[in-house]
Amino acid sequence: MKTPSTVAEVADIIRSSKKVLAVGAQTKPRLSQVPDEVTLISMRNLSGIVEYDPGEFTFTAFAGTPLREIVATLAAQGQYLPFDPPLVESGATIGGTVAAGLSGPGRFRYGGLRDFILAVRFLDGNGTQLRGGAKVVKNAAGFDIPKFLVGSLGSFGVLTEVTFKVFPRPPAMMTFAIPCANAAEAAAHIAKAASGRWAFDALDYDGSRILARLRGPQAALDLLAADVLDCWPAAEGVDNVVWDGIREWQFVGADGLLVKIPVTLRKFPALEAILQARNMGFHVVGGSVAYAYHPNVSYSDILNEALVGISLSGLNLRGFGGRLYFGESHHSAVAKSLKLAFDPCHRLGA
Amino acid sequence: MSLSRFAQIFPPERLLTSAAHLSAYESDALTAFHSRPVAVVVPESGDEVIAAVRLCRELGMPFVARGSGTSLSGGSLPVAGGIVIALNRLNRILKLDATERIAVVEPGVVNTQVTLAAQPFGLHYAPDPSSQTICTIGGNVAFNSGGAHCLKYGMTSNHVLGIKAVLATGEVVEFGGESRESIGPDYTGLFVGSEGLFGIALEITLQLLPRAECFHTVLAGYRTLEEAGDAVSAVVASGLLPGALEIMDALAIQAAEAAVQSGYPRGCEAVLIVELEGPREKVAAERPALDALLAASKPIESRVAANAAERAKIWKGRKSAFSAVGRLSPDFIVQDGVVPRQRLGEALRRISEMSREAGIRVANVFHAGDGNLHPLILYDGRESGALERAEELAGRILKMCVAMGGSLTGEHGIGVEKRAYLPDMFSADEIALMHRIRAAFDPLGIANPGKMFPGGDAPALVQHGLHPLEKSGVISRE
Repeated sequence: MKTPSTVAEVADIIRSSKKVLAVGAQTKPRLSQVPDEVTLISMRNLSGIVEYDPGEFTFTAFAGTPLREIVATLAAQGQYLPFDPPLVESGATIGGTVAAGLSGPGRFRYGGLRDFILAVRFLDGNGTQLRGGAKVVKNAAGFDIPKFLVGSLGSFGVLTEVTFKVFPRPPAMMTFAIPCANAAEAAAHIAKAASGRWAFDALDYDGSRILARLRGPQAALDLLAADVLDCWPAAEGVDNVVWDGIREWQFVGADGLLVKIPVTLRKFPALEAILQARNMGFHVVGGSVAYAYHPNVSYSDILNEALVGISLSGLNLRGFGGRLYFGESHHSAVAKSLKLAFDPCHRLGA
Repeated sequence: MSLSRFAQIFPPERLLTSAAHLSAYESDALTAFHSRPVAVVVPESGDEVIAAVRLCRELGMPFVARGSGTSLSGGSLPVAGGIVIALNRLNRILKLDATERIAVVEPGVVNTQVTLAAQPFGLHYAPDPSSQTICTIGGNVAFNSGGAHCLKYGMTSNHVLGIKAVLATGEVVEFGGESRESIGPDYTGLFVGSEGLFGIALEITLQLLPRAECFHTVLAGYRTLEEAGDAVSAVVASGLLPGALEIMDALAIQAAEAAVQSGYPRGCEAVLIVELEGPREKVAAERPALDALLAASKPIESRVAANAAERAKIWKGRKSAFSAVGRLSPDFIVQDGVVPRQRLGEALRRISEMSREAGIRVANVFHAGDGNLHPLILYDGRESGALERAEELAGRILKMCVAMGGSLTGEHGIGVEKRAYLPDMFSADEIALMHRIRAAFDPLGIANPGKMFPGGDAPALVQHGLHPLEKSGVISRE
């Protein structure tokens, strides 16, 4: 593992290595699992917030900056990243979160990480320093490279600096639990809640209940709460602390398989059925992405087969030794050409 | 001859080659430029689009996809020697799923049609460019169109979940899907805003959002632009997140009032539109804070929309501003630069200075919440050299935006209009990467060539002419 302190050093490592993969705090171990020939580049020394002006609703940070530092700095100014980046207390970095393409419960209301990233600095496969996007909240100039790099797992560029849009943090939060017998029932609750007037901020499903969150002025939440309880008589208030555990993925052990599976409400029941049949636990964010887990990584192949059967795909975040991608895969000719555009010598990525 | 090959795909009434037909497609909303294509084809199915693109590839023939031709950056300007693929007949909403809150649409569907279709389910499609009653989703996708609600809800790109497209290579791809989440590199995000340089979107999956239950729309008039700008700063600092924060200057107000009589306060140098939205309880809780800080900003007059009709009237003035400026001047250029929000005041002062120095009138309409300026540079194309002088002023404004740490374009795209300025914002290495990305999708360079990148053939300039919205009878300057 190399630990460069400057962007120029990162460029040198890229140019002098056969293959490289940039890593942050390695909180998603499967994503940094590489063959011996790949040199890991730790970005931990390229850390710190470069620019932050609350009046602009933007900040820029080095890729290796811990989320914890960013979240705390924003909070001190009454702002936040509305998509709730996961693993804040676990030490995850902003660059790793971008490369992994991960968002938390708050993605339901205003969109995910991809909807808040504005600009990037990165190195291509030749070690050339490049920028994409612009450090302002609205921009349509040039191709949207920042978005493209979200979820690219370091195989199209090594991120060195990222710029995000932020929002003022609503003053209060309120959480309800709505019991559900199964995924079909959960999907119906989510569909109703998501198209209603309440402007829910998060709607998660943990296998037995919907966790619904409102944010806003306390006075408004107190009034809204009465209406929510009228519309969902079985709902009850729960402590907001429940979100801390979800954010840190405490629904899963540190080891074992943890697979991100994009899903829709209509495919919810089928997904629940295959997971339950295989004794796998799961947590669903916003009705649009499931995190499925099992303590035994060898379930990787079994899960893959099942996901193929219901036309879903997945990404293994933690199951060291298990397959990386699951289910349906789409190979387009243009994907190969694009890889060459960013990384002609195939140096980047695992 | 190549046209006979197109005739094998399209019947004569959908393969336009006469001068009379072609002239309607020579220009888009960037009226200063025009270029006549060899032919216009009017597909009625995705398969016909695919066949046309594959034939273009075989012939090495440039093609330009076009919706309603409302691009303000010349994004759908035809290419001499190429064809135009007019997508207006691909206007079906293929699916509207209220449970998933998505719509799957063809590229020729008009922006507001999506919201109209979604309305019965309490849903709407958020991006709302001013031309939303005529512009198409295909064009919105190609240019990552914005609107008045971008600070809170983002641009087109933030609402596109999936795209089925035919690339310039002839390959048909499906990026993303119906889920709001995805894994792997975000190809959908890369495609949106690619200015037609990759290929043509055939089916677009859009996310729909619940329509806000309640709006609190305030129109405030100020003695100076600076006071209006200070009011915006106060709103931003307050922790409120309005759905919209818009400012118009005196010239723009004058034009809008003449056109649509929105009843904007008289004698103001600037009007500010602020809109809170959400559940009624939330709007009620936030309203006193907004009202107090607006009162403290000392407007000449401040008015709250009492109902949906009054709200619509306020917005009508704002959304008609571009076309209304046609009343003040025979010709104009709309600019679209972005500056860091807190430098808006400085940017407007410098635009005003540049305007005075150049002796050219500039009206200003802008999205104050996100620093997106729309200086409207007024000129009379019948005067010799007037267009060139207006373009020079436009260029100075753009360079200023970039130098202030902003962008050349917030929502109109680079197109033909701003391509010479791309190197002001991106390095040679960065532009080289963009060329390589383009080549991955379009190795022959046949998809909408001449847009975004500097160089290439210069299209012909027309010094003076009717706005296309006027030609189509949507607006008039009587």
